[in-house]
Formats: sequence, C-alpha cells, structure tokens
Amino acid sequence: MVRSLRWKGAAFTAPFLMGFVFLFLIPIGYALYQSLFLEQQSGLGLGGTSTEFVGLKNYGHGLTDSTFLGAVWRVFLFACVQIPVMLTFSLVMALLLDSVTARAAARFRPVLLVPYMIPGIVAAIVWINLYSPLVGPLTPLGKTLGFSWDFFAPAMVWPSIGNLLTWHGIGYTMLILYAALQAVPRELFDAARVDGASEVRLALSVKIPAVRPALVLTGMLSIIGMLQIFNEPMLLRHVTPQTVTAGFTPIMVIYNEAFNAGNYDYAAALSVILAAILGTASYLFYRFTSREAA
Amino acid sequence: MPTTPTTPTTPTTDPASTPPDKRPAIRRTAPGPAASGFSSRRRRRSDRFVLAGLVLFSAYSVFPVWWLIVASTKDQAGLYQTNGLWFSGMHLGANLRQVSTYNHGIFLHWVANSFLYAGVGSLGGTVVAMAAGYGLARFEFPGKSVVFAFVVGSFLVPTAMLTLPLYLLFSKIGLVDTPWAVLLPCFVNPFSVYLAKVYTESAVPWEVVEAARLDGAGELRIFVSIVLRMVSTGGATVFLLAFVGTWNSFFLPLTMLRGEQKWTLTLGLFDWTGRRMESGVDFTTLVLTGALLSVIPLAFMMIAMRRYWRSGVAMGALK
Repeated sequence: MVRSLRWKGAAFTAPFLMGFVFLFLIPIGYALYQSLFLEQQSGLGLGGTSTEFVGLKNYGHGLTDSTFLGAVWRVFLFACVQIPVMLTFSLVMALLLDSVTARAAARFRPVLLVPYMIPGIVAAIVWINLYSPLVGPLTPLGKTLGFSWDFFAPAMVWPSIGNLLTWHGIGYTMLILYAALQAVPRELFDAARVDGASEVRLALSVKIPAVRPALVLTGMLSIIGMLQIFNEPMLLRHVTPQTVTAGFTPIMVIYNEAFNAGNYDYAAALSVILAAILGTASYLFYRFTSREAA
Repeated sequence: MPTTPTTPTTPTTDPASTPPDKRPAIRRTAPGPAASGFSSRRRRRSDRFVLAGLVLFSAYSVFPVWWLIVASTKDQAGLYQTNGLWFSGMHLGANLRQVSTYNHGIFLHWVANSFLYAGVGSLGGTVVAMAAGYGLARFEFPGKSVVFAFVVGSFLVPTAMLTLPLYLLFSKIGLVDTPWAVLLPCFVNPFSVYLAKVYTESAVPWEVVEAARLDGAGELRIFVSIVLRMVSTGGATVFLLAFVGTWNSFFLPLTMLRGEQKWTLTLGLFDWTGRRMESGVDFTTLVLTGALLSVIPLAFMMIAMRRYWRSGVAMGALK
C-alpha cells in the first residue's frame, strides 16, 4: 500500500519530469557536448565542412574574446547603476504607499502597476518613440527647458535603456516590497512611534530592515535578468545600429554567433560561460547580503 | 550548470522578524513630553509630502501609456507636428483599418498566433505544473529532492543556454518553424511547478486526501475532483502568470519561427520597428497602433484576474 502510494506520487510528477529531461537536461547536456567541438572548413573551403573535437579550445577563445568580454563588462557596469536605482525607487514607492491610508493605497496601487501590464517589447517601443527626436515629446520639452538632448547618442544609450527598464520594472518590484511590508505586524510600527521615532526614522530603522529579505530576492532576480538583457537593445539597434552594435550584450553576442555567423559550437561554449557567470554572480550576491544580515 | 538550489527561497523565510539590535536605536531618540502637539503638525506636513511623491510616481508610470493612446489616434501629420500629450483630430478608425489590412491582414494572424501559443501553452503548462506540484507537496518518493533541486536550479539557467541547443534538437526532428517549437517549452515551466507546490501545501490539507482515499476514491479522481478544486485560486494564478510570460516572450519565437505567418505579436512588432518608411506606408503609425492593440488583451486579463496575480506575486516573493 505505502509502496504503491510512493509510485503514484512519482507518477504525478512524471509528465513534468519527462518534459524537464527533454527540454532542460538534454539541451544543457547537448550544449556542453557541442561546446567541445568546432566546425572547420576543410582544405580550400571547397569540400564542405568537418566537425572536429577541440577540447576546451572554444572556452579559451571565449575567455579571450574581446567582443564577448566587452559585452559582459558593459552589462555588469550598467547593472551596478541601474539595479540600485530601481530598487531605491521601488522601495521609496512601497514605503510611501505603506504610509498612507488603506483607501488611498488602493487608489494609487493600480496606477503604479500600469507599467507592469505592458509587454516588455511594447514598453521599449513606446520609450524609443518618446526618445525619438521626430515624434517624441521629450525633445521639444528639452528645447523649452534649454537642453538639447539626444537619447540615442553613444553616451546616452545606457541611461536611456536604464530609464526604460526602471519604468518597466519598478511597479512589480514595488509590489513585492509592499507585500513584504504589509506582512510585518503593525504593532511593531506603533511601538516605535510610541517610543518617539519619526516616520523617516521608522522607515530607516524598522521598515527597511524588515523587508531586507525581499530586497535581496528582487536584487538577485534583477541581476539574473540583467545579465540576459536582449529585447531592449535589439529594438534600439533598429534606431542606432552604429551605437548598439551586434555584440552589445552577452546574449546578443551569442545570438549573433549562432544565427548570423553559424558558429553554433562557439555559441554553445559562450552560453556555458554566461551560465557560470550568472551562477557565480547570484551566489556572491547571496553570500554577501546574507552574511551582512546575520 | 551552476546549482545553488536554495538561493531564491531561503532569504525570505521570515520577513516579519526585525533584528533585535535595532530596538535600542529607536529608544535613544525618545522625545520630551511636550512633543505630541508639534509632531501632529509635522505629521500633516509629511502627509502632504507623501501624497506629492505618490502623485509624481503615478505620473511617471502613466504618461508613456497616455502618450501611446494619444499617438494612436493621430494621422501621420498629427503625429509629427502636434503636441504628443494631447489629441489632435481623430484618426483611430483609419489607423485600425491600416493595421488590420496592411500586408493582407498579417497583423490579425499575429494576434491569433499569440492567443494560440499563450492560451494552449499556458493551459497545458498549468495542468502539468499542478500535477507535479501536488506530487511534490503531498507524496514521498525516491528522487523527490532531486526533482525539487532541478526546479529551483533551473531558475539560474540562462534562456539562451537552453534555446540554442533546443533549436538544434528541434531542427533535427523537424519541429523548427512549427507551433510545437513554441508550445512544447511552455508545457514545462519550473516556476509554475514551484508555485503549484507552494499553493498545494497551503490549500490542500493532507487529512482530506486521506479521507477520500479511505472512502475508496482513486488517486486520479482525488486529484481531479478534490485537489484541483481546492487549489483553483492557485491554478488561476499559475495560468495567468504563464499566459503573460508567453504573450510577452520574444527570444524563443525569434529563434524558432521563420515564416511571418507563424509569428507572434511581439515578433511582428519588432519587425515593423525595423522599417520606418516603405512605399508610402509610415510604419511609426502602424507600430504604435499595433502596440496599443497588443496591450489590450493583457490589460483586460490582468484587471479581470487581479486578485490572482497579486496573490501570485506575494506568494512568489515571500514563500
């Protein structure tokens, strides 16, 4: 009886497990296997191609590839600025929402969540048009204020993407932080108030430490997402192909190697390297933040 | 593959606990007895400050969408020459006609495809995930911890690392450029399984399952007529989040789908942004009207089901 129950339990997970093997484990294994080979032109390039086992050569190439490393570094620097900015804004938003009456909060919350309802590609399309000197309202606004900004200039591309990502992610992040704030027992805040803490002091010394785990989680999700940034730069590339190059972000390099250059083996090696970077970054971030909390 | 299986879950186990060492810090600023009248005036001023902040954030959140709505009602001249934040003439009908008839109504194909992939993919994915979540939450079996480690570990695998080899595998078995290439990956969603497990743990008491079993109900019958009914809220959340994810997905369809007849809305709009002006058609108007249309089903669904996704976000974040 108990034994048969065990297998019935396993049977419920079987469809998922089969799919997981087929759609996750086999592809990952295949990528690892493929990254050890290299397709080479034979002889004079007339006799077609042959695939050769090259060991870790693709990895060596990837770790010295200035395009790939440049893309990783570019995105890393960007993440160091954008993620703290977005988390700060979301946190401020959640704290403001938490400090008004429940009725006011219910009125503001859906408005603040509007960006979350917009698909990422559409958000990028809208902001690219807002930035556009031809149709966007920001260029005339700049003129009246005495600025002449070009949002697609090389120095402005990352701030432009940063603002777009912040706009798109801020509502969702705020929602997670707000939910964490709401889960804190209210008596804790009242006790601090009775002890004479001002609202700002209360936010800094009680509320923010209370949502720290949620901040760590959203920070980690942002890092994972950021290292894989692809959609927004791909769309911006339509507007400024000379600034947003084909190898602007790590995933763009991989996509370009696989589908434009046809180097699937090398692209596989690069995606393994990226996965390793992703795992290491998440691990370090987690270790760093949780040690401080302890 | 890097496996640090516990990372996304453990830091959030106890959001309510405040480090005890913070408390003396608050006490230190204890006010004098006369402070209460002063603080209420200060409070009113800080309320106004809070309200102003919220209004400012609201304006930032809404104005791009407002601009999109206004822009889609303008003709080409209005779009380029008038103030972007206010209406000038009403050309929404003409724009809609242009979007739906351009290139023999290709846009409507994309809408239908997006509905097909997101609808069928999320439905299948939800059924698979609910079953797996139930199995993981309410049974003990050999290898269970390995399955759960797979689920959590897969959050760290970059999509490109999966999508590229998947593309090669699918092209070997002839699935590339068919709807299956997009649908199959939707059926296996580790995050849905994770949510389903959490929901089942909180919504289905073990005793109910035991009682049904003693009454002689089969395992499948228990799952379909008892468990699924009890976690219907969780199931709706899993479906909604998967639907939104598939509707918005870009990298997978971009690699898998070749012919424009099979594209999704996101792919089609991406292609249109690449061409500005072609044989007298201004693509800016097409793209903006199309973008607005692609938001509507999603916004409608999110508003209708807001109860579910709000709980989903909270659950995903706090558990």
